[in-house]
Amino acid sequence: MSLRRPAKDQPEIFEFSSSSLDEANKIVSKYPKGKQQSAVMALLYIAQKQNDNWIPLVAMKYIAKFLDMPYIKVYEVATFYTMYNLSPVGKYFVQVCTTTPCMIRGANKLVEACKEKISDKENELSNDKSCSWMEVECLGACVNAPMMQINDDYYEDLDKEKTVDIFDKILKGEDPKPGSYRGRLNTEPENNRKTLMDVKNA
Amino acid sequence: MPKLKVNDIEVEVEDGLTVLQACEKAGAEIPRFCYHEKLSIAGNCRMCLVEMEKSPKPIASCAMPAAEGMNIKTNTPFVEKARKGVMEFLLANHPLDCPVCDQGGECDLQDQSMFYGVDKSRFKENKRAVPEKHMGPLIKTQMTRCIHCTRCVRFATEVAGVSELGAIGRGEDMQITTYLEQSMQSELSANVIDLCPVGALTSKPYVFEARPWELKKTETVDVMDAVGSNVRVDTYDWEVKRVLPLINEDINEEWISDKTRYACDGLSNQRLDTPFIKYNGKFEKASWSEVFKIIKSKFENSSKDKVCGFVGDLTNMETGYIFKEFFDRTLNNNNYDSRSDNRFLDNSERENYIFNSSINGIEDADLIFLIGANPRYEATILNARIRKAFVNNNTKVISLNDSGDLTYPYNNLDGQTQTIKTIFEGSEEISKEIISAIKPMIIIGESLLKLNSAEHLFNLIKNFLKKNNKFTEDWNPLNILSCDAATVGNFDLGILNSEKNLLEELKSNKFEIVYLVGQDNLEFNKKDEFVIYQGSHGDKGAEIADIILPGSAYTEQDGYFTNLEGKIQKAFKASYPPGEAKEDWQIINELAEVMNNRKLFNDKEELESSMFNYIKLQQEKQTDENKVQTISDFVNEKLNIQIKDYYFSNVIARSSKTMIECNNSKLNIKSTGTEG
Repeated sequence: MSLRRPAKDQPEIFEFSSSSLDEANKIVSKYPKGKQQSAVMALLYIAQKQNDNWIPLVAMKYIAKFLDMPYIKVYEVATFYTMYNLSPVGKYFVQVCTTTPCMIRGANKLVEACKEKISDKENELSNDKSCSWMEVECLGACVNAPMMQINDDYYEDLDKEKTVDIFDKILKGEDPKPGSYRGRLNTEPENNRKTLMDVKNA
Repeated sequence: MPKLKVNDIEVEVEDGLTVLQACEKAGAEIPRFCYHEKLSIAGNCRMCLVEMEKSPKPIASCAMPAAEGMNIKTNTPFVEKARKGVMEFLLANHPLDCPVCDQGGECDLQDQSMFYGVDKSRFKENKRAVPEKHMGPLIKTQMTRCIHCTRCVRFATEVAGVSELGAIGRGEDMQITTYLEQSMQSELSANVIDLCPVGALTSKPYVFEARPWELKKTETVDVMDAVGSNVRVDTYDWEVKRVLPLINEDINEEWISDKTRYACDGLSNQRLDTPFIKYNGKFEKASWSEVFKIIKSKFENSSKDKVCGFVGDLTNMETGYIFKEFFDRTLNNNNYDSRSDNRFLDNSERENYIFNSSINGIEDADLIFLIGANPRYEATILNARIRKAFVNNNTKVISLNDSGDLTYPYNNLDGQTQTIKTIFEGSEEISKEIISAIKPMIIIGESLLKLNSAEHLFNLIKNFLKKNNKFTEDWNPLNILSCDAATVGNFDLGILNSEKNLLEELKSNKFEIVYLVGQDNLEFNKKDEFVIYQGSHGDKGAEIADIILPGSAYTEQDGYFTNLEGKIQKAFKASYPPGEAKEDWQIINELAEVMNNRKLFNDKEELESSMFNYIKLQQEKQTDENKVQTISDFVNEKLNIQIKDYYFSNVIARSSKTMIECNNSKLNIKSTGTEG
C-alpha cells in the first residue's frame, strides 16, 4: 500500500446533480450550524457515486466550497481513506478480499482470474475500459470466503472458474446474480442446517 | 490549582496545564518533537513519555492534564526504555544524512538521539523515501526526513491563518504537503523552518551556506517594519547569513515575517562602499576628505535657508539626532523632516503617533476598527496578534476598506471618508458598538493620515473617543500603525518641520542643497539642486545624488530604534560596513568637524546621553502643552490603502534576490488563477 495520488487527467468541472444535491443537503442538515464540515466524508462518497466511482480534484474543491473548509482538509480526508478512489475505475469496480480467511480459502485464485480477465495490474482498466480490480482488506464476509465485491454487491463462495464466469458475464454487459455461488442462502451452513431445526422460518 | 510530585519534588501548577509543563516547572527537562508552547497539542510523537504512579503504561506528558496527587517520574529506567523505543521507531525511517543536512548542529532529533538513540538498527526493511515537495521560494523540503510531528501544519492553520499545509495519506505513507504543492501564501511561512524539529523543512536561500557553530550570533532588532521584532543575526565573516527570531512575548512572540528573515541577502547587494562624486553625469570614486571638502565649499557658498535635509525610513535614532544637531548647530537652520509624504502629524502629544494600546493589548481588546490600515502587509507580526485575538477571544474586527484576506474574518465598510465622519459623529450602529466596547482599538493607518482631511478626521476620532471616556488609565484606544522602523523614533526626536511644507518647496525647486540620509522615497524633479546622499544602498536616492557618502545598514552599527508602540530597542552591530563605508553618525560628526573644526560629539556615549536627555525634555514639554485643536475642513474622498509593494518596501528588501523570488511566486499564482 503506498500513497494514492490523484489521476493525471482531471475533468474541468464538477457539480452535484440535483439528486446528489438533495442527498448532500440532507446530510449537512444533520449537523449543527458551523459544524457542517463533519459532513465531508458522506459528501465525498456521494460525489464518488455520482462520478463513476472516483473523486476528481474538482469535486474535492467543490465539496470544500460547499462546506466552507480549506481544500487541503478535504484532500487529507480523501487521501486517508482507501475507499475513496482518486483515479478512474471501471464501471464495474471489482474489489477482491485477500485478508487471512479469504486468503486461506483461495483468494489468490480470484486475483489470478482478475489478472487474466481484467488487467495485469491493480487499478488498471480492462481493454474495453469497463472494468478494473483491486485487492482490499477484509470486507466482513469471512463466512463466505473467498469473496469479492463488484460495485455494491457481494459475490461469495467463489473459486477461479466461477470468478472467470462472472467476469465473462460482466464483460458481455450482463449483470450476474450476487450472493453465494455454492447455493447457500446467506451464511447458512454448507450442507443443511444443524441448529434451530424446530424453528420454521429461521 | 493541582499539586503533584515530579521526581519527588512537589509542584503546584495552574489549572489546565499539562504534565509536561508541570515537569518543566519542577526543573525536569522532557524531550519532545510535536509539542510547542505556541501551538495546539497534538501528542503524536510520543517522545515525552513519563512514568505515572498507578499507570501500567507510560503516559504522553504533553497531552495529559496535570491533576491533583499525580506522582510523575521522569528519570527512571522504565521511562528511558520507553523513550528509546519511540526513538527507534522515529529513526527507523529517518535517513542518516546528517552530514549533508542543513539542520545538522541544531536538530532536535540529532540532539535527542544522543541520549535516547540506539547505536544499531533492527530495521531490515526498505526505508521510506518521499519525494520533495514544492512549498515556495523560501522553504526547501526533504520530506524523507519528516517525522510527522505536524508542527508546520498546526502553525499554518492556527498562527498564520492559511490552511494550506496538510498531511495526506496515512500511516507510513503519510506526507506533509501544501495543497497540490503550491507555494505557501503567507508572510509568516518561513517560521515553519524554525518549527521543524528535523531537517525536513529547511531554508532555501540559506541552503548549504554555513553550519550553526561557525556563525557569530548577534541579538538585535529588525527594521523591516515598525514592529521592531527581536531577531538574532547570524554572520559568517562579514556576510549576514541568516536572521532568526528571538522570543519577545511583548512584541513578536516567536515569529518573524518572511521579509525580516530573508531580506538580509540585500545587505550584500547594491552596497555603497566608497564615497562617490558625480562628474558629468557619471559617478567617480573619491576619498572621504575630497567629498567633505566639496560639501563644505557647497555649504559655504549657499545661503543657509537654501539647505534642506531628509531622514529616511531605516535610519537609527542616533543618526537622526546627530543629523538634527548638525542642522541646528552647524548649519543654523531647521529645514529638516523625516516624512517623505504629506502625512498629517500633531506631535504635541506622543499618543498622536504611536500604537497606544500596545501589541499585547490587542489580546485584551474587544473591538478592533481598522481605518486605512492593512496590517497583513504593513505589520505582519501585529496582524498575527490580531488573528490570535480573534482565535482566542473571537474579537470583532471591522475594516473601513476591503483589504482582501487578512487571515481572520472582518466586516468591511465602503472605504469612504464620509463613513468615518458619520461613525465618529456618533450616528451609526458602529458608533454605538465602539461606545459600548470596554476596550476598543481604533487602528489608524498611514493611508488615512495622508488624506487631505486627515487632520479633521484624526481630531474627530480622538475627540469622539475622549468624549465617550474611552481613554482610561489602563487603556488608550488610539493606535497609529506606522510602517517604517524609523518613523516613531524620528518623531520622538522632533525631526519635523511643522512651520513650512518642505516637500512642496522641494518640489518647486527652492533649495540649492538637499541632504538625504537614507531617504529614497522623495519624489521631485531635480533641477539645479546639489544632492548629498548618505546611505547604505545604491537605490533611488543615490541615483539622483551628486555626492554619495557610504553609510551602514542596521546590522553594521549600534543604534536605537523606537517601534510603533514607542518601545526603544537597541540594534547591535553584527558585522562591519563594507569597504570605506562608515557608521552613519560618524560621517555626520566628521562632516561637522570639517565644517567648523569641532566635532558635534566626542564619542558615541556623549551622543547617546545627549539624545536621551533631549527625548526626556521633549516628553516633559508635551505634558505641559495644551494645544488648541483646530478642526480643519472636511472633504469626502475615497480612502485607498496605499501599501508599498510588500516585498520591496525599503532599500534592503529592494536589493534582495530572495524578495524578488517571493514577489514572482506571488505573481505566478495570480496569473495561473489556480488560487481559487
